[in-house]
Amino acid sequence: MDGVLGFLFNIDMLTTWGWRILGGLQITVEIVVISCTLGFLLAYPLCLARMSNNLVLSRLALAYGTFFRGTPLLCQLYLVYYGAGEVRPFLDQFGLWVFFREAFYCALFAFSLNTAAYQAEIMRGALASVSRGQLEAARSLGLSSYRTSRHVIWPQAFLVALRPLGNELISMIKASALTAIVTLPDLLGITRIIFARTFDFSIYLYCALIYLAMTESIRRLWNLIERVLSRHLALARGGGAFGPVAPMPPTEGTIDA
Amino acid sequence: MNWFDLLFGPRGWSSLLLTGALTTVALALAVIPFGFGGGLVLALLKMSPSRLVRALCDGFTTFFRGIPDLLALFLVYFGLQALIDKLSHFFGDEVHLEVNAFVAGVIALSVVVTAYSSEVWIASLKAIPPGQIEAARALGLDRRRVFFLVVLPQLGRVALPGLGNIWTILVKDTSLISTLAVMDLLRAASEASKATTRPILFYTVAAGFYLVVSILSAILQGYLEKRANRGYA
Repeated sequence: MDGVLGFLFNIDMLTTWGWRILGGLQITVEIVVISCTLGFLLAYPLCLARMSNNLVLSRLALAYGTFFRGTPLLCQLYLVYYGAGEVRPFLDQFGLWVFFREAFYCALFAFSLNTAAYQAEIMRGALASVSRGQLEAARSLGLSSYRTSRHVIWPQAFLVALRPLGNELISMIKASALTAIVTLPDLLGITRIIFARTFDFSIYLYCALIYLAMTESIRRLWNLIERVLSRHLALARGGGAFGPVAPMPPTEGTIDA
Repeated sequence: MNWFDLLFGPRGWSSLLLTGALTTVALALAVIPFGFGGGLVLALLKMSPSRLVRALCDGFTTFFRGIPDLLALFLVYFGLQALIDKLSHFFGDEVHLEVNAFVAGVIALSVVVTAYSSEVWIASLKAIPPGQIEAARALGLDRRRVFFLVVLPQLGRVALPGLGNIWTILVKDTSLISTLAVMDLLRAASEASKATTRPILFYTVAAGFYLVVSILSAILQGYLEKRANRGYA
Protein backbone atom coordinates (compact mmCIF):
# COMPACT_ATOMS: atom_id res chain seq x y z
CA MET A 1 0.00 0.00 0.00
CA ASP A 2 1.55 3.28 -1.09
CA GLY A 3 1.56 6.25 1.22
CA VAL A 4 -1.20 8.76 1.71
CA LEU A 5 0.55 11.28 -0.55
CA GLY A 6 0.78 8.70 -3.32
CA PHE A 7 -2.96 8.14 -2.98
CA LEU A 8 -3.62 11.87 -3.15
CA PHE A 9 -1.09 13.05 -5.74
CA ASN A 10 0.20 10.89 -8.53
CA ILE A 11 2.90 12.80 -10.43
CA ASP A 12 3.00 10.43 -13.45
CA MET A 13 -0.59 11.45 -14.02
CA LEU A 14 0.43 14.99 -14.95
CA THR A 15 3.11 13.99 -17.46
CA THR A 16 0.66 11.68 -19.24
CA TRP A 17 -2.43 13.85 -19.26
CA GLY A 18 -1.12 17.41 -18.75
CA TRP A 19 -1.84 18.66 -22.29
CA ARG A 20 -5.37 17.26 -22.29
CA ILE A 21 -6.03 19.04 -19.01
CA LEU A 22 -4.78 22.31 -20.49
CA GLY A 23 -7.14 21.82 -23.44
CA GLY A 24 -10.02 21.42 -21.00
CA LEU A 25 -8.91 24.52 -19.15
CA GLN A 26 -9.04 26.47 -22.41
CA ILE A 27 -12.69 25.50 -22.99
CA THR A 28 -13.58 26.47 -19.43
CA VAL A 29 -11.93 29.89 -19.83
CA GLU A 30 -13.62 30.47 -23.19
CA ILE A 31 -17.04 29.68 -21.80
CA VAL A 32 -16.59 31.90 -18.73
CA VAL A 33 -15.15 34.89 -20.62
CA ILE A 34 -17.65 34.84 -23.48
CA SER A 35 -20.77 34.20 -21.41
CA CYS A 36 -19.83 36.76 -18.76
CA THR A 37 -19.26 39.40 -21.46
CA LEU A 38 -22.50 38.61 -23.28
CA GLY A 39 -24.30 38.50 -19.95
CA PHE A 40 -22.92 41.91 -19.02
CA LEU A 41 -24.11 43.42 -22.32
CA LEU A 42 -27.53 41.84 -21.83
CA ALA A 43 -27.76 42.85 -18.18
CA TYR A 44 -27.77 46.61 -18.74
CA PRO A 45 -30.94 46.75 -20.88
CA LEU A 46 -32.52 44.22 -18.49
CA CYS A 47 -31.71 46.42 -15.53
CA LEU A 48 -33.14 49.49 -17.31
CA ALA A 49 -36.29 47.53 -18.18
CA ARG A 50 -36.66 46.44 -14.59
CA MET A 51 -36.37 50.04 -13.34
CA SER A 52 -38.52 51.57 -16.07
CA ASN A 53 -41.88 53.15 -15.31
CA ASN A 54 -43.50 50.98 -17.96
CA LEU A 55 -45.27 48.34 -15.90
CA VAL A 56 -45.31 45.67 -18.64
CA LEU A 57 -41.59 46.07 -19.29
CA SER A 58 -40.65 45.99 -15.62
CA ARG A 59 -42.85 42.94 -14.92
CA LEU A 60 -41.31 41.09 -17.86
CA ALA A 61 -37.81 41.83 -16.59
CA LEU A 62 -38.86 40.70 -13.10
CA ALA A 63 -40.25 37.43 -14.50
CA TYR A 64 -37.03 36.87 -16.46
CA GLY A 65 -34.92 37.44 -13.36
CA THR A 66 -37.11 35.26 -11.14
CA PHE A 67 -37.02 32.37 -13.60
CA PHE A 68 -33.27 32.41 -14.17
CA ARG A 69 -32.37 33.00 -10.54
CA GLY A 70 -34.98 30.65 -9.10
CA THR A 71 -34.25 27.49 -11.09
CA PRO A 72 -31.06 25.40 -11.19
CA LEU A 73 -28.63 26.31 -13.95
CA LEU A 74 -28.34 22.61 -14.78
CA CYS A 75 -32.08 22.51 -15.48
CA GLN A 76 -31.77 25.56 -17.75
CA LEU A 77 -28.86 23.94 -19.55
CA TYR A 78 -30.86 20.74 -20.14
CA LEU A 79 -33.78 22.80 -21.35
CA VAL A 80 -31.60 24.46 -24.01
CA TYR A 81 -29.48 21.44 -24.91
CA TYR A 82 -32.20 18.78 -25.12
CA GLY A 83 -35.00 21.22 -25.91
CA ALA A 84 -33.20 22.43 -29.04
CA GLY A 85 -33.39 18.92 -30.50
CA GLU A 86 -37.14 18.81 -29.96
CA VAL A 87 -37.76 22.06 -31.82
CA ARG A 88 -35.22 21.31 -34.54
CA PRO A 89 -37.63 21.84 -37.52
CA PHE A 90 -38.40 25.28 -36.12
CA LEU A 91 -34.71 26.11 -35.63
CA ASP A 92 -33.94 24.81 -39.13
CA GLN A 93 -36.26 27.41 -40.62
CA PHE A 94 -34.00 30.15 -39.32
CA GLY A 95 -30.76 28.24 -39.86
CA LEU A 96 -30.18 28.18 -36.10
CA TRP A 97 -29.80 24.42 -35.76
CA VAL A 98 -26.09 24.64 -36.65
CA PHE A 99 -25.73 26.79 -33.55
CA PHE A 100 -27.79 24.73 -31.10
CA ARG A 101 -26.37 21.43 -32.36
CA GLU A 102 -23.13 22.08 -30.49
CA ALA A 103 -23.03 21.56 -26.73
CA PHE A 104 -20.55 24.44 -26.54
CA TYR A 105 -22.97 26.99 -27.99
CA CYS A 106 -25.88 25.64 -25.96
CA ALA A 107 -23.82 26.14 -22.82
CA LEU A 108 -22.83 29.66 -23.89
CA PHE A 109 -26.48 30.48 -24.59
CA ALA A 110 -27.79 29.16 -21.26
CA PHE A 111 -24.95 30.66 -19.21
CA SER A 112 -25.22 34.09 -20.84
CA LEU A 113 -28.95 34.29 -20.16
CA ASN A 114 -28.40 33.06 -16.59
CA THR A 115 -25.59 35.42 -15.64
CA ALA A 116 -27.42 38.33 -17.30
CA ALA A 117 -30.23 37.87 -14.76
CA TYR A 118 -27.78 37.99 -11.84
CA GLN A 119 -25.74 40.89 -13.23
CA ALA A 120 -28.89 42.91 -13.92
CA GLU A 121 -29.90 42.46 -10.29
CA ILE A 122 -26.41 43.58 -9.15
CA MET A 123 -26.62 46.70 -11.34
CA ARG A 124 -30.09 47.49 -10.07
CA GLY A 125 -28.93 47.24 -6.47
CA ALA A 126 -25.89 49.40 -7.19
CA LEU A 127 -27.93 52.09 -8.94
CA ALA A 128 -30.45 52.08 -6.10
CA SER A 129 -27.63 52.60 -3.59
CA VAL A 130 -26.77 56.01 -5.05
CA SER A 131 -28.88 58.51 -3.16
CA ARG A 132 -31.58 60.38 -5.03
CA GLY A 133 -30.12 63.73 -3.99
CA GLN A 134 -27.12 63.10 -6.24
CA LEU A 135 -29.40 62.82 -9.25
CA GLU A 136 -31.40 65.89 -8.28
CA ALA A 137 -28.26 67.94 -7.62
CA ALA A 138 -26.75 66.96 -10.98
CA ARG A 139 -29.95 67.79 -12.84
CA SER A 140 -30.31 71.14 -11.06
CA LEU A 141 -26.75 71.99 -12.14
CA GLY A 142 -27.99 71.62 -15.70
CA LEU A 143 -26.25 68.32 -16.56
CA SER A 144 -27.98 66.36 -19.30
CA SER A 145 -29.36 62.98 -18.36
CA TYR A 146 -26.48 61.28 -20.21
CA ARG A 147 -23.88 63.35 -18.32
CA THR A 148 -25.66 62.76 -15.01
CA SER A 149 -25.55 59.05 -15.60
CA ARG A 150 -22.00 58.98 -16.99
CA HIS A 151 -20.27 61.36 -14.58
CA VAL A 152 -22.34 61.27 -11.38
CA ILE A 153 -24.39 58.09 -10.97
CA TRP A 154 -22.29 55.36 -12.58
CA PRO A 155 -18.91 56.18 -10.98
CA GLN A 156 -20.55 55.75 -7.58
CA ALA A 157 -22.71 52.78 -8.55
CA PHE A 158 -19.80 50.98 -10.18
CA LEU A 159 -17.84 50.92 -6.95
CA VAL A 160 -20.80 49.27 -5.20
CA ALA A 161 -21.31 46.81 -8.05
CA LEU A 162 -17.66 45.84 -8.30
CA ARG A 163 -17.51 43.24 -5.53
CA PRO A 164 -20.76 41.43 -6.39
CA LEU A 165 -19.72 41.42 -10.05
CA GLY A 166 -16.44 39.76 -9.05
CA ASN A 167 -18.39 37.20 -7.03
CA GLU A 168 -20.57 36.57 -10.06
CA LEU A 169 -17.47 35.98 -12.19
CA ILE A 170 -16.26 33.46 -9.60
CA SER A 171 -19.60 31.69 -9.52
CA MET A 172 -19.59 31.52 -13.32
CA ILE A 173 -16.18 29.82 -13.23
CA LYS A 174 -17.67 27.31 -10.82
CA ALA A 175 -20.88 26.97 -12.81
CA SER A 176 -18.97 26.31 -16.04
CA ALA A 177 -18.16 22.85 -14.63
CA LEU A 178 -21.78 21.89 -15.39
CA THR A 179 -20.93 21.73 -19.09
CA ALA A 180 -19.09 18.50 -18.32
CA ILE A 181 -22.50 16.88 -17.86
CA VAL A 182 -23.57 17.74 -21.41
CA THR A 183 -20.47 15.96 -22.76
CA LEU A 184 -18.30 19.05 -23.23
CA PRO A 185 -14.61 18.29 -22.52
CA ASP A 186 -14.01 21.33 -20.31
CA LEU A 187 -11.70 21.14 -17.30
CA LEU A 188 -14.05 18.94 -15.28
CA GLY A 189 -15.17 17.06 -18.40
CA ILE A 190 -11.59 16.08 -19.23
CA THR A 191 -11.06 15.12 -15.60
CA ARG A 192 -14.04 12.77 -15.72
CA ILE A 193 -12.75 11.20 -18.94
CA ILE A 194 -9.30 10.65 -17.44
CA PHE A 195 -10.81 9.24 -14.24
CA ALA A 196 -12.94 6.83 -16.28
CA ARG A 197 -9.75 5.56 -18.02
CA THR A 198 -7.38 5.40 -15.06
CA PHE A 199 -9.55 5.20 -11.93
CA ASP A 200 -6.89 7.37 -10.35
CA PHE A 201 -8.53 9.58 -7.79
CA SER A 202 -5.69 12.12 -7.73
CA ILE A 203 -6.88 13.61 -11.03
CA TYR A 204 -9.88 15.09 -9.22
CA LEU A 205 -7.55 16.79 -6.75
CA TYR A 206 -5.46 18.33 -9.53
CA CYS A 207 -8.64 19.55 -11.16
CA ALA A 208 -9.77 21.08 -7.85
CA LEU A 209 -6.43 22.84 -7.42
CA ILE A 210 -6.69 24.42 -10.89
CA TYR A 211 -10.20 25.70 -10.18
CA LEU A 212 -9.03 26.93 -6.80
CA ALA A 213 -6.10 28.79 -8.36
CA MET A 214 -8.47 30.53 -10.77
CA THR A 215 -11.08 31.56 -8.22
CA GLU A 216 -8.57 32.58 -5.56
CA SER A 217 -6.54 34.76 -7.94
CA ILE A 218 -9.68 36.51 -9.11
CA ARG A 219 -10.78 37.05 -5.51
CA ARG A 220 -7.38 38.55 -4.62
CA LEU A 221 -7.23 40.62 -7.80
CA TRP A 222 -10.67 41.99 -7.01
CA ASN A 223 -9.64 42.93 -3.46
CA LEU A 224 -6.71 44.82 -4.96
CA ILE A 225 -8.82 46.61 -7.60
CA GLU A 226 -11.37 47.56 -4.98
CA ARG A 227 -8.73 48.94 -2.66
CA VAL A 228 -7.20 51.04 -5.44
CA LEU A 229 -10.50 52.36 -6.74
CA SER A 230 -11.90 53.22 -3.32
CA ARG A 231 -8.74 54.73 -1.79
CA HIS A 232 -10.51 58.11 -1.58
CA LEU A 233 -12.92 56.42 0.88
CA ALA A 234 -10.17 54.85 3.01
CA LEU A 235 -10.85 57.03 6.04
CA ALA A 236 -14.58 56.45 5.96
CA ARG A 237 -14.08 52.69 5.61
CA GLY A 238 -12.67 52.18 9.10
CA GLY A 239 -13.58 49.03 10.98
CA GLY A 240 -15.46 47.59 13.94
CA ALA A 241 -14.48 46.29 17.34
CA PHE A 242 -13.09 43.08 15.80
CA GLY A 243 -11.02 44.93 13.17
CA PRO A 244 -12.10 45.47 9.57
CA VAL A 245 -15.55 44.15 8.79
CA ALA A 246 -15.22 40.79 7.01
CA PRO A 247 -16.59 40.68 3.44
CA MET A 248 -19.71 38.60 3.13
CA PRO A 249 -19.46 35.28 1.28
CA PRO A 250 -20.32 35.24 -2.42
CA THR A 251 -23.98 34.36 -2.18
CA GLU A 252 -26.42 34.70 -4.98
CA GLY A 253 -29.09 37.36 -4.72
CA THR A 254 -32.36 36.50 -3.08
CA ILE A 255 -35.45 35.97 -5.14
CA ASP A 256 -38.02 38.75 -5.26
CA ALA A 257 -41.26 37.17 -4.19
CA MET B 1 -49.83 12.51 -27.02
CA ASN B 2 -50.75 15.84 -25.53
CA TRP B 3 -49.01 17.14 -22.47
CA PHE B 4 -51.88 16.30 -20.13
CA ASP B 5 -51.80 12.58 -20.98
CA LEU B 6 -48.02 12.55 -20.74
CA LEU B 7 -48.23 13.87 -17.21
CA PHE B 8 -51.49 12.60 -15.76
CA GLY B 9 -52.70 9.92 -18.21
CA PRO B 10 -52.83 6.20 -17.32
CA ARG B 11 -49.13 5.92 -18.21
CA GLY B 12 -48.32 9.46 -17.18
CA TRP B 13 -45.08 10.52 -15.56
CA SER B 14 -46.50 12.66 -12.78
CA SER B 15 -45.94 10.05 -10.05
CA LEU B 16 -42.25 9.67 -10.92
CA LEU B 17 -41.86 13.45 -11.03
CA LEU B 18 -43.61 13.78 -7.69
CA THR B 19 -41.35 11.16 -6.09
CA GLY B 20 -38.39 13.03 -7.54
CA ALA B 21 -39.64 16.32 -6.17
CA LEU B 22 -40.04 14.79 -2.71
CA THR B 23 -36.50 13.37 -2.93
CA THR B 24 -35.20 16.83 -3.84
CA VAL B 25 -36.94 18.43 -0.86
CA ALA B 26 -35.82 15.61 1.47
CA LEU B 27 -32.24 16.02 0.27
CA ALA B 28 -32.24 19.77 0.87
CA LEU B 29 -33.86 19.42 4.31
CA ALA B 30 -31.46 16.63 5.34
CA VAL B 31 -28.49 18.90 4.62
CA ILE B 32 -29.78 21.74 6.84
CA PRO B 33 -28.82 20.40 10.31
CA PHE B 34 -25.37 19.16 9.20
CA GLY B 35 -24.59 22.08 6.90
CA PHE B 36 -25.74 24.96 9.10
CA GLY B 37 -24.67 23.23 12.33
CA GLY B 38 -21.29 22.39 10.85
CA GLY B 39 -20.94 25.96 9.68
CA LEU B 40 -21.51 27.29 13.18
CA VAL B 41 -18.93 24.90 14.65
CA LEU B 42 -16.47 25.90 11.90
CA ALA B 43 -17.12 29.59 12.61
CA LEU B 44 -16.35 29.07 16.31
CA LEU B 45 -13.19 27.14 15.44
CA LYS B 46 -12.12 30.01 13.19
CA MET B 47 -12.13 32.23 16.27
CA SER B 48 -9.98 29.78 18.22
CA PRO B 49 -6.80 31.13 19.84
CA SER B 50 -4.73 28.44 18.10
CA ARG B 51 -3.25 29.66 14.83
CA LEU B 52 -3.06 26.12 13.44
CA VAL B 53 -6.78 25.48 13.99
CA ARG B 54 -7.65 28.83 12.43
CA ALA B 55 -5.46 28.18 9.38
CA LEU B 56 -6.93 24.70 8.87
CA CYS B 57 -10.49 25.99 9.09
CA ASP B 58 -9.79 28.89 6.75
CA GLY B 59 -8.18 26.47 4.31
CA PHE B 60 -11.26 24.26 4.40
CA THR B 61 -13.52 27.21 3.62
CA THR B 62 -11.27 28.57 0.88
CA PHE B 63 -11.02 25.15 -0.76
CA PHE B 64 -14.71 24.30 -0.84
CA ARG B 65 -15.81 27.82 -1.75
CA GLY B 66 -13.23 27.98 -4.53
CA ILE B 67 -14.08 24.79 -6.41
CA PRO B 68 -17.27 24.03 -8.36
CA ASP B 69 -20.00 22.45 -6.25
CA LEU B 70 -20.22 19.64 -8.79
CA LEU B 71 -16.53 18.90 -8.32
CA ALA B 72 -16.92 18.94 -4.53
CA LEU B 73 -19.68 16.41 -4.98
CA PHE B 74 -17.45 14.16 -7.12
CA LEU B 75 -14.55 14.55 -4.69
CA VAL B 76 -16.62 13.48 -1.71
CA TYR B 77 -18.48 10.76 -3.61
CA PHE B 78 -15.50 9.11 -5.30
CA GLY B 79 -13.22 9.97 -2.38
CA LEU B 80 -15.52 8.15 0.04
CA GLN B 81 -15.74 5.22 -2.34
CA ALA B 82 -11.94 5.05 -2.76
CA LEU B 83 -11.44 5.35 0.99
CA ILE B 84 -13.92 2.57 1.73
CA ASP B 85 -12.28 0.37 -0.91
CA LYS B 86 -8.91 0.89 0.76
CA LEU B 87 -10.40 0.14 4.16
CA SER B 88 -12.13 -3.03 2.99
CA HIS B 89 -8.85 -4.14 1.36
CA PHE B 90 -7.25 -3.57 4.71
CA PHE B 91 -9.81 -5.64 6.58
CA GLY B 92 -9.94 -8.38 3.94
CA ASP B 93 -11.85 -8.45 0.68
CA GLU B 94 -14.96 -10.34 1.78
CA VAL B 95 -17.00 -7.22 2.48
CA HIS B 96 -17.69 -4.97 -0.46
CA LEU B 97 -19.29 -1.78 0.73
CA GLU B 98 -20.79 0.84 -1.55
CA VAL B 99 -21.68 4.37 -0.67
CA ASN B 100 -25.38 4.98 -0.93
CA ALA B 101 -25.70 7.83 -3.45
CA PHE B 102 -28.31 9.69 -1.39
CA VAL B 103 -26.15 9.58 1.74
CA ALA B 104 -23.07 10.60 -0.26
CA GLY B 105 -25.08 13.46 -1.71
CA VAL B 106 -26.13 14.64 1.75
CA ILE B 107 -22.54 14.46 2.98
CA ALA B 108 -21.13 16.29 -0.06
CA LEU B 109 -23.74 19.05 0.02
CA SER B 110 -23.28 19.37 3.80
CA VAL B 111 -19.56 19.94 3.31
CA VAL B 112 -20.23 22.71 0.77
CA VAL B 113 -22.96 24.30 2.89
CA THR B 114 -20.70 24.13 5.97
CA ALA B 115 -18.05 26.12 4.12
CA TYR B 116 -20.56 28.69 2.85
CA SER B 117 -22.49 29.14 6.09
CA SER B 118 -19.43 29.45 8.34
CA GLU B 119 -18.79 32.90 6.83
CA VAL B 120 -22.36 33.96 7.56
CA TRP B 121 -22.08 32.71 11.16
CA ILE B 122 -18.76 34.57 11.60
CA ALA B 123 -20.34 37.81 10.41
CA SER B 124 -23.18 37.40 12.89
CA LEU B 125 -20.82 36.44 15.74
CA LYS B 126 -18.96 39.68 15.09
CA ALA B 127 -22.22 41.62 15.13
CA ILE B 128 -22.73 40.85 18.82
CA PRO B 129 -21.43 43.79 20.87
CA PRO B 130 -18.42 42.73 23.00
CA GLY B 131 -20.01 44.59 25.92
CA GLN B 132 -22.73 41.93 26.18
CA ILE B 133 -20.17 39.18 26.62
CA GLU B 134 -18.24 41.23 29.18
CA ALA B 135 -21.48 41.93 31.05
CA ALA B 136 -22.43 38.26 31.08
CA ARG B 137 -18.97 37.32 32.33
CA ALA B 138 -19.21 40.01 35.00
CA LEU B 139 -22.48 38.43 36.17
CA GLY B 140 -20.54 35.23 36.75
CA LEU B 141 -21.76 33.15 33.80
CA ASP B 142 -19.19 30.61 32.62
CA ARG B 143 -18.10 30.50 28.96
CA ARG B 144 -20.56 27.76 28.04
CA ARG B 145 -23.49 29.67 29.54
CA VAL B 146 -22.36 32.91 27.90
CA PHE B 147 -22.49 31.17 24.54
CA PHE B 148 -25.77 29.30 24.96
CA LEU B 149 -27.73 31.92 26.92
CA VAL B 150 -26.39 35.20 25.53
CA VAL B 151 -24.71 34.72 22.16
CA LEU B 152 -26.65 31.89 20.48
CA PRO B 153 -30.19 33.33 20.89
CA GLN B 154 -29.09 36.51 19.12
CA LEU B 155 -27.19 34.86 16.27
CA GLY B 156 -30.19 33.78 14.24
CA ARG B 157 -31.52 37.28 13.67
CA VAL B 158 -28.33 38.51 12.02
CA ALA B 159 -27.59 35.22 10.24
CA LEU B 160 -31.07 34.79 8.77
CA PRO B 161 -30.63 36.73 5.46
CA GLY B 162 -27.31 35.00 4.72
CA LEU B 163 -28.61 31.55 5.64
CA GLY B 164 -31.69 32.18 3.48
CA ASN B 165 -29.42 32.90 0.52
CA ILE B 166 -27.53 29.68 1.14
CA TRP B 167 -30.79 27.74 1.36
CA THR B 168 -31.84 28.94 -2.12
CA ILE B 169 -28.41 27.95 -3.45
CA LEU B 170 -28.76 24.58 -1.72
CA VAL B 171 -32.16 23.84 -3.27
CA LYS B 172 -30.72 24.51 -6.72
CA ASP B 173 -27.55 22.55 -5.93
CA THR B 174 -29.55 19.41 -5.11
CA SER B 175 -30.07 19.12 -8.87
CA LEU B 176 -26.37 18.18 -9.15
CA ILE B 177 -27.12 14.95 -7.27
CA SER B 178 -29.04 13.81 -10.35
CA THR B 179 -25.62 13.00 -11.89
CA LEU B 180 -24.99 10.42 -9.13
CA ALA B 181 -27.89 8.07 -9.88
CA VAL B 182 -30.23 9.51 -7.28
CA MET B 183 -33.77 9.79 -8.62
CA ASP B 184 -34.29 13.42 -7.74
CA LEU B 185 -36.62 15.78 -9.61
CA LEU B 186 -34.18 16.63 -12.40
CA ARG B 187 -33.27 12.98 -12.91
CA ALA B 188 -36.95 12.04 -13.06
CA ALA B 189 -37.48 14.75 -15.68
CA SER B 190 -34.51 13.40 -17.65
CA GLU B 191 -35.87 9.84 -17.57
CA ALA B 192 -39.29 11.04 -18.65
CA SER B 193 -37.95 13.12 -21.51
CA LYS B 194 -35.71 10.32 -22.77
CA ALA B 195 -38.64 7.90 -22.84
CA THR B 196 -41.05 10.32 -24.52
CA THR B 197 -38.70 12.63 -26.50
CA ARG B 198 -40.50 15.61 -25.02
CA PRO B 199 -37.69 17.29 -23.01
CA ILE B 200 -39.15 20.80 -23.11
CA LEU B 201 -42.34 19.72 -21.36
CA PHE B 202 -40.66 17.78 -18.56
CA TYR B 203 -37.78 20.17 -17.91
CA THR B 204 -40.26 23.05 -17.79
CA VAL B 205 -42.32 21.18 -15.21
CA ALA B 206 -39.15 20.58 -13.17
CA ALA B 207 -38.10 24.23 -13.49
CA GLY B 208 -41.59 25.25 -12.39
CA PHE B 209 -41.27 23.18 -9.23
CA TYR B 210 -37.87 24.66 -8.35
CA LEU B 211 -39.32 28.11 -9.01
CA VAL B 212 -42.26 27.48 -6.66
CA VAL B 213 -39.87 26.28 -3.93
CA SER B 214 -37.66 29.37 -4.42
CA ILE B 215 -40.60 31.77 -4.25
CA LEU B 216 -42.14 30.04 -1.22
CA SER B 217 -38.73 30.10 0.51
CA ALA B 218 -38.40 33.82 -0.20
CA ILE B 219 -41.84 34.46 1.33
CA LEU B 220 -41.04 32.31 4.37
CA GLN B 221 -37.69 34.05 4.76
CA GLY B 222 -39.35 37.46 4.68
CA TYR B 223 -41.79 36.34 7.37
CA LEU B 224 -39.04 34.87 9.58
CA GLU B 225 -36.89 37.98 9.23
CA LYS B 226 -39.81 40.20 10.18
CA ARG B 227 -40.52 38.00 13.19
CA ALA B 228 -36.87 37.91 14.29
CA ASN B 229 -36.59 41.69 14.03
CA ARG B 230 -39.82 42.52 15.84
CA GLY B 231 -37.98 43.81 18.91
CA TYR B 232 -35.71 46.06 16.85
CA ALA B 233 -36.49 49.37 15.20
